[in-house]
Amino acid sequence: MELFLMQLFNGISVSSILLLAALGLAITFGLMGVINMAHGEFIMIGAYTAYVVQNFFKKYLPASVFDSYCIVAILLSFLVAGFCGLILEKLIIRKLYGRAADSLLVTWGISLILQQGARSIFGSPNVGVEAPSFLENSLKISGMLALPYKRLFILLIAVICLLGVYALMFKTRQGRNIRAVMQNRNMAASLGVNTSRVDASTFAIGSGLAGLAGCALTWIGAIGPTLGTNYIVDTFMTVVVGGAGSIIGSVFGAGFIGVGETAFEFMTTASMGKVLIFVCVIILLQFRPKGIFAVHTRSLED
Amino acid sequence: MKPRPAMKIKGTTILVLLIFLFLGTLPFYMPMFRVSLFGKYMCFAIVALGLDMIWGYTGILSLGHGVYFGLGAYCMAMYLKLEASGGALPDFMQWTGMSALPTFWKPFVNPVFAIAMAILVPMALAILIGYLTFLNKIRGVYFSILSQAMAMIMSTLLIGSQAYTGGSNGLTDFKTIFGKSINSPITKIQMFYATLIALVLIYGVCRFLTGRRVGRVLIAIRDGENRAGFAGYNTASYKVFVYALSAVIAGIAGALYVGQVGIISPNEVGITPSVEMIIWVAIGGKGTLAGPILGALAVNGFKTIASENFPELWSYFIGVLFVVVILWLPGGFVSLKEVPGRIRHVIEVRKNEKPRETENFVSEEKQSRAH
Repeated sequence: MELFLMQLFNGISVSSILLLAALGLAITFGLMGVINMAHGEFIMIGAYTAYVVQNFFKKYLPASVFDSYCIVAILLSFLVAGFCGLILEKLIIRKLYGRAADSLLVTWGISLILQQGARSIFGSPNVGVEAPSFLENSLKISGMLALPYKRLFILLIAVICLLGVYALMFKTRQGRNIRAVMQNRNMAASLGVNTSRVDASTFAIGSGLAGLAGCALTWIGAIGPTLGTNYIVDTFMTVVVGGAGSIIGSVFGAGFIGVGETAFEFMTTASMGKVLIFVCVIILLQFRPKGIFAVHTRSLED
Repeated sequence: MKPRPAMKIKGTTILVLLIFLFLGTLPFYMPMFRVSLFGKYMCFAIVALGLDMIWGYTGILSLGHGVYFGLGAYCMAMYLKLEASGGALPDFMQWTGMSALPTFWKPFVNPVFAIAMAILVPMALAILIGYLTFLNKIRGVYFSILSQAMAMIMSTLLIGSQAYTGGSNGLTDFKTIFGKSINSPITKIQMFYATLIALVLIYGVCRFLTGRRVGRVLIAIRDGENRAGFAGYNTASYKVFVYALSAVIAGIAGALYVGQVGIISPNEVGITPSVEMIIWVAIGGKGTLAGPILGALAVNGFKTIASENFPELWSYFIGVLFVVVILWLPGGFVSLKEVPGRIRHVIEVRKNEKPRETENFVSEEKQSRAH
């Protein structure tokens, strides 16, 4: 029983990171029909931002305030990744609206450039980031069952981001515009929504969330230039399962992939787990080819 | 799809013939190791041809063709490995503590079986995946993402089951092929020409198919799948067919690759090599048969030169090239020759428009004065 709960917690923990990464991807995919393969590299950018912030605190500030670096790192990783996303959108992505396959390839090229950039700046070996001391322990519930604070903290960040995105999408004017553009771009534009501004800001927010995911990742493992590629496939699968443009779908997809993969890996081996979850995704898509919570439209061509 | 002017077809055909001529005469004036390199590039060109059939002609972007390439290569490598060990337990299996040869390895002692499997296994997997996806209208980027996941899974599976596949080292240390030493120059030249013949034959098959009605249906599916369906074509079965075809082509390329390069490892199967295959097609020019061949040879040739001299810059270069080609030159290198013509056309149109407008204006003015 304890083992089961532990595995469940691990699965949820993986899901929370996937959710952070997938939220932005799902929204931009649903909104613009753009598949961003460089999304994984925003995770990497966020992770390296956290690394730089940590080094800065270590070098220039007294050790007593070191723990507070995590707040700065969280904020900065969001802002830096978001800013990079904004630049990318303004320069290249806006030329690719509705050309999903092309956007996939172009952003792959960009991801190659960003990865090599990280390699040139930080070197190819992995680097580690020291987690703040208050996250070192774990919450002991009983005997074997101990929940590391790090993972709980990441879960908390994911929940806060989820609530934030939900509030943004359903409680603000900006969110209404995003949903309007998602449903019918031309109609929204005719009614005075500045679609290119909606696109740019949404893309930036999505990239920023990926950066946050990267920042969270630094506390549970070493980071390197290819960090993004390790997560990108799972992130995309999350979006595919959940359905493009749906927040609920992202939550469901992240839970499905995260918990499913952990469970399968526990029951079999790491590589077999990936095969089994892939088979499950294929089976799921047999019934809902556009994902479980796909945004319905009446148009035949997409 | 507009009917192409006769000139263009001729131009790309000449290009392909020139490439074949260049490749055919290559062993006479190039050092041996360059010849083997081009042998490797030709295998890539074969994969690129298959990919072009599904991407350039049918509009299905598969990011997982490394899987089929790898399956073909591993089938062949299993034969080579068993020949090197004389049918006994291969070296890597001894290291991992296996005592007997796994059952599925046993028939691969026979080269004919191995070659047949290099074709049949990719075909079977492609038909299975094709049926599960295309029949249920999983299309567009959804398919691309699934195919990419497949590439990742395949490489993790290969790494994970080390006892059967050699893990991340892959299969290597081959000694003989069909009883001849694999490293002797004569065998290398023979393999080079075998690959060239395969390339020419597959080019011929692709050309035959694209010239027929099948090719037109494929293009119709690319340009408007629903319309092709309404016109009475069963688009799903056409897609499964072309997907299986390209998988078989990739499998053949893999089988040819492993003999010449002497190693196959999960590095040639995963996401990165699979997307690289797409890069060759995109840069060469999708939707033409000359483009992928040119692209595979040029990109890989340049990659070798670049990684010999400035390995750091290669990733930047290929990344930028990829972005530029997709954004501004969707037809790839093959369409480069049209660019000056396109610019000239625009200039001429502008030139012709202006005088005519002023003439009309003047003549109208004269007319009105005459009144």
